Amino acid sequence: MSESAFQIFVNALLANNFVLAMFLGLCPFLGVSGKLDTAFPMGVATTFVMLVASLCAYGLNLLLTAFHLEFLRLISYIVIIASAVQLVEMVLKKYSPALFRALGIYLPLITTNCAVLGVALFQTAREYDFVQSVTFSIGGGAGFTLALVLMASVRERLTLSNVPDLAQGTALSLMLAGILSLSFMGFAGLGG
Amino acid sequence: MSTADTPQTWDEFMEGVWRQNPVFVMVLGMCPTLAVTVSAINAISMGLATLFVLVCSCGLVSLMRRFTPKEVRIAVYIVIIATFVTAVDYAIQAISLALYEALGAFIQLIVVNCIILGRAEAHAAKNAPMPAMINAAGMGVGFTIGLLALGVVREILGAGTLFGVALFGAGFQPWVIMVLPPGGFFVLGAWLLLFSWWARRRPLKEAAQNV
Repeated sequence: MSESAFQIFVNALLANNFVLAMFLGLCPFLGVSGKLDTAFPMGVATTFVMLVASLCAYGLNLLLTAFHLEFLRLISYIVIIASAVQLVEMVLKKYSPALFRALGIYLPLITTNCAVLGVALFQTAREYDFVQSVTFSIGGGAGFTLALVLMASVRERLTLSNVPDLAQGTALSLMLAGILSLSFMGFAGLGG
Repeated sequence: MSTADTPQTWDEFMEGVWRQNPVFVMVLGMCPTLAVTVSAINAISMGLATLFVLVCSCGLVSLMRRFTPKEVRIAVYIVIIATFVTAVDYAIQAISLALYEALGAFIQLIVVNCIILGRAEAHAAKNAPMPAMINAAGMGVGFTIGLLALGVVREILGAGTLFGVALFGAGFQPWVIMVLPPGGFFVLGAWLLLFSWWARRRPLKEAAQNV
């Protein structure tokens, strides 16, 4: 693995955007992207969980490899992520109860966000070192936030326009996501 | 209970396959749905793997429903699911390495498939093992059908093949975008459009016949 940290960051942010190119974290992407002022905090919260999960997963992986317990990897990762989400939830509840209510059910659902587990699994599979893992998780989180914010802005615009009845709801969101994804393909090759 | 419930059992099964289809109606478990459906064979394998995990974990969750404290139930479910996923992961690796590489991290990501946790929480935790497993099997079959519907369309349009067999002559120009990420969004969107069109048409037709 000779990728530089910058390459990994750009790659995770744009060329291999978690949501639009790798299909990770689609549930919150389709669920919370209705309004801009919930989309952004949701992205930041997810990024934070990703960072914590990535750090813990890195340490844990060293431990598991040392004891030859690789088959426990999946179970221990998921437990770590669940605890990280719990932490974020408690912090948010204390410092910003309004935001806590706005995010509602989607906050605990970060646990089952595939993007978070995806970060942990991919960094293990690609054998990233510590710095690479951290940049990968931050880049991935930033990419997730970017996709969420873009989608929310487009959808806010769309509420004012006249859409055929048939396409309302999920079908419309999916078509939008397809177009966004199409434009993100223009970044292919950017990260090398 | 065991004699009279055949139609009910069938209903329970069909609920997941059709009326509450996880892919087309509930729009759950989107990540594997879109990511692995570049070919029909990938779609089927992913569907079957999910089906297995779904049935086993719902059965176990249901068996343990009396001993599971309410406060830690989600953690218990997740650990149960992760156990079965680990088993499936190693099984696929042993059966076909090519398939394992094609599906990649998405086998392990079955853990965070919302369908499974949703079923465990909403159904298995409140019902006896047998109905819970039947319901889970219905959902799993429904999910597999959904994946297959996407996989078939994307493989035919994007590569001109079905299950690896070429369908068209050499002059066929594949519509490459369909096997790339945007294609996944477009094909699923198109299926949803088709279903909502169909759902809207039916009552209209019945109304027309009554008049």
